[in-house]
Amino acid sequence: MHNDNLVEIEDVEFGYGARPVLKGINQTARRGQVIAIMGSSGCGKTTLLRLIGGQIKPGQGKVRVAGESVNELDQTGLYRLRRKMGMLFQFGALFTDISVFDNVAYQLREHTDLPEDAIRDLVLMKLHAVGLRGAAQLMPAELSGGMARRVALARAIALDPMLVMYDEPFAGLDPISLGITGNLIRRLTDTLGLTSLVVTHDVQESLKIVDYIYFVSEGVIVAEGTAAEIQASGLPYVHQFVHGEADGPVPFHYPAPPYADDLRLGAQRA
Amino acid sequence: MLRQSIEKLGHRTIQGVWRIGFAARFFLAVLLHSGTAFRRFGLTIREMYFTGVLSLIIILVSGLFVGMVLGLQGYETLQTYGSEEALGVLVALSLVRELGPVVAALLFASRAGSAITAEIGLMKATEQLSAMEMMAVDPIARVVAPRFWAGVISMPLLAALFSAMGIFGGYLVGVQLIGVDEGAFWSQMKNAVDFEQDILNGVIKSVVFGIAITTIALFEGYDAPPTAEGVSRATTRTVVTSSLVILALDFVLTAFMFRGLS
Amino acid sequence: MNKTVLDFWVGLFVIAGVVALLFLALKVGSTSAVSAANSYEVVARFDNIGGLKPRAPVKSAGVVVGRVADIRFDNETYEAAVTLRLDKRYAFPKDTSAGIMTSGLLGEQYIGLEAGGDSELLKDQDKLFLTQSAVVLENLIGQFIYGKAQEGAPE
Repeated sequence: MHNDNLVEIEDVEFGYGARPVLKGINQTARRGQVIAIMGSSGCGKTTLLRLIGGQIKPGQGKVRVAGESVNELDQTGLYRLRRKMGMLFQFGALFTDISVFDNVAYQLREHTDLPEDAIRDLVLMKLHAVGLRGAAQLMPAELSGGMARRVALARAIALDPMLVMYDEPFAGLDPISLGITGNLIRRLTDTLGLTSLVVTHDVQESLKIVDYIYFVSEGVIVAEGTAAEIQASGLPYVHQFVHGEADGPVPFHYPAPPYADDLRLGAQRA
Repeated sequence: MLRQSIEKLGHRTIQGVWRIGFAARFFLAVLLHSGTAFRRFGLTIREMYFTGVLSLIIILVSGLFVGMVLGLQGYETLQTYGSEEALGVLVALSLVRELGPVVAALLFASRAGSAITAEIGLMKATEQLSAMEMMAVDPIARVVAPRFWAGVISMPLLAALFSAMGIFGGYLVGVQLIGVDEGAFWSQMKNAVDFEQDILNGVIKSVVFGIAITTIALFEGYDAPPTAEGVSRATTRTVVTSSLVILALDFVLTAFMFRGLS
Repeated sequence: MNKTVLDFWVGLFVIAGVVALLFLALKVGSTSAVSAANSYEVVARFDNIGGLKPRAPVKSAGVVVGRVADIRFDNETYEAAVTLRLDKRYAFPKDTSAGIMTSGLLGEQYIGLEAGGDSELLKDQDKLFLTQSAVVLENLIGQFIYGKAQEGAPE
């Protein structure tokens, strides 16, 4: 059954013990799209990625990737599926004890029987795609944050996956690196025909490159739409988020007793 | 107030028991996934460098000094009974049966055990283990098992080196420095030390210690909270728990092995 | 870390460790050369074995020719039955005597064999008939006191 949806999340619920994180999420991601999942910190965005990658299982509901139900796969099946997925972790998560070249070559060496010459060419191609072919012999400790993330991206696409997930790819980058990263995500998705799922809270960068956005707040999807729709949205939460307002549905003040009562002066006067 | 303390104690005990169960499952998982550690023996060899070779200096130097002190102290005491010539026996038996396996294990736990915990803990904290999982590589088979076997293989070798250096140290002090008869030193030693009873038992002890230390170190690292504080506390726990377990196991093993002598 | 350099150091480490083990096994320790294959067993009975322990040496002319394999109490004759495991290379006549000696003044006890003159040799599972029990200090003192008492009362 060749469906246009690469990822389908149906009525998924997930929680740690008694604490619910996701309550009834419904999402789809079409092939060839860049999809953003946005929301404030701790709303469950990264949990969604981990559910799709099969690192955790939902309490209820189904998670399907390319028609296969991820939460029902056994370890062999899961590993098979993961070879077609790439994941870019928040700060790169490069293996610090081996070089850039070996990092990108890692999956090729583990999962294929290709000879070293072929691996060399493939690695250099991937590094070239992210602009870091010249850095192949450096160690991860010698890279800047932005460069480390680009190498991690090259590593994620080493086996030409069909789905790439990005966990906060824009966090902590300078403006130039931001531009480069956003650009890369869009270009790679288009040229390689991937599907990209980007978890982020960088509104400006994402709006430039994404096709569709899901807004998650307190474990449910509060809004979804194309970039243009979201920007024009009147929903208070979305509006606050997109325009970076200090106060709104997400309050500025942490819950506290009334101000006047807390200050001793008020009590004295009364 | 009292009720709270009792509740807390109970809670902690249950936590402790739960943790031991978790560690036992972890140990089994490591054994089951050890295939890769042997098929790609290069991985294990690499880890043997980091656990074994890098511990050589501390083991050799400590062994030498312990042996020398044994020589000095032993001579003092034996002199009162006119049995200085039994110095070789004293030094050799103390080292081969007890000090070699135990002290080498304690040193190994502090040096290599803590390093393993810190390394695995940091790999977990920087999401490297997660990244490996997402790349369909089992971190237990690829990262944990080779380190386990490296530790188990290195430990008896290090204990033997410790004992050998110690005997040499005892020889230096006893024969060269103090003047005990060289012939008596070695011949009495050879008569008193039995291969099966003493040396083999010492080797068995060090293998058991190796298994215990490496498992604890790997488990603490794997289970550490992914923060700087979490990793540092896990490292401390590795050293403390390993040391206590070594001493307890030593008692149990010694009771087993040496009770049949009289 | 270059892979070949690493392998070299690990190889060196393993060799050093094995050498240390060999050193301990050969130069420091001694294996009981008397194993089941190249030995034969002989039983000797004693009234008192003193402090004799299993694995104690069996010597003849001061040379170790075997080990004490087993010590049992015979409930019928109320004697100690000691099984000696002797090296096959050394044959003893049937009338060899076995005595329990002490090495040094306060040393551990061993069995000393004195060869007899019989032309027939001991075989596996044979019994030794001439035995001398261990010297028990209390008996010695008792004898001495009795002897002294005898001397001191010339009535």
